[in-house]
Amino acid sequence: MSITADIPNGRAAAAFLAAGIGSFVFGALSLAGDASPAINKALAFYVPSGALSGVSTVAVVLWLVAWFVLATLWRRKQVALKTINLTAFGLLAGGFLLTFPPFMDLLQGK
Amino acid sequence: MRHFLTLLHGWGAGGIFLVGFPLALIAIAGTTSSATHPPSEREEFFVKRALQALAAVGWIAVTAGTYVIYPWYRAKPPAGTADLAGYPRSLLLSHPDTAWLHSFGMEWKEHVAWLAPILLTVVAYIYTTYGASLARHRGIRATALAFTVLAFFAAGVAGEFGKLLGDHAPVQSPAAAPVTAQAQAGTVK
Repeated sequence: MSITADIPNGRAAAAFLAAGIGSFVFGALSLAGDASPAINKALAFYVPSGALSGVSTVAVVLWLVAWFVLATLWRRKQVALKTINLTAFGLLAGGFLLTFPPFMDLLQGK
Repeated sequence: MRHFLTLLHGWGAGGIFLVGFPLALIAIAGTTSSATHPPSEREEFFVKRALQALAAVGWIAVTAGTYVIYPWYRAKPPAGTADLAGYPRSLLLSHPDTAWLHSFGMEWKEHVAWLAPILLTVVAYIYTTYGASLARHRGIRATALAFTVLAFFAAGVAGEFGKLLGDHAPVQSPAAAPVTAQAQAGTVK
């Protein structure tokens, strides 16, 4: 068996919450790109792929930035994991819902 | 070439990703359970590397899908093109029976697929950081397993719709499609 020193839960909490933030940003940008032609055009970082290129780039960058910031703050700390996990799952649920076309249409009144 | 790369994307990277998920779930659960013997260093090392590789395959799949396959899928046909075989998006939207495959299937697939590697990267990080000690970190272990299931769901949606889209409107080079009457008449460039 490998011996692993007891690591504070802050590192895990940072990773979980950052994933929730990244997923929610992804969903929110998908919706914004679908609802607004101007935002859709602005998110077309790579024109042949359209807005998906900008949505994925911005979401992944914000996910990594959030992870870095949270990990820096919490890496040596014991944090309230239950609350953070609930928040992360709430954000994840939002992210999944906002990528679901019927839900996107519902929010836009289509 | 387009058809081959699309197959590589779907059946290669996507296939490895989908097959790897149940194995990842079993490996994480099995090597971090308080009810079983702790894994050997060798076993733990293998699971860490396998999870990291699976996350890497996920990133390759979504990046290739977005920047290589998707532009071919959504390419607009030149005006007057009658045979849409080389333009999957237009082909699907041209018929009411298949339009939903784009407006629902592709719209969902192209977005939800990106959540899978994000989630699996976190799972790989958690296992690499905590390893077998996850048996003592019950909350972290449970969340990592839930993330693995959610990543599997996202990849499953993408894989299933990828197969349906490929069945109805495979990505292929317009040059591979039969020559249209307009093209023969020289009206399509």
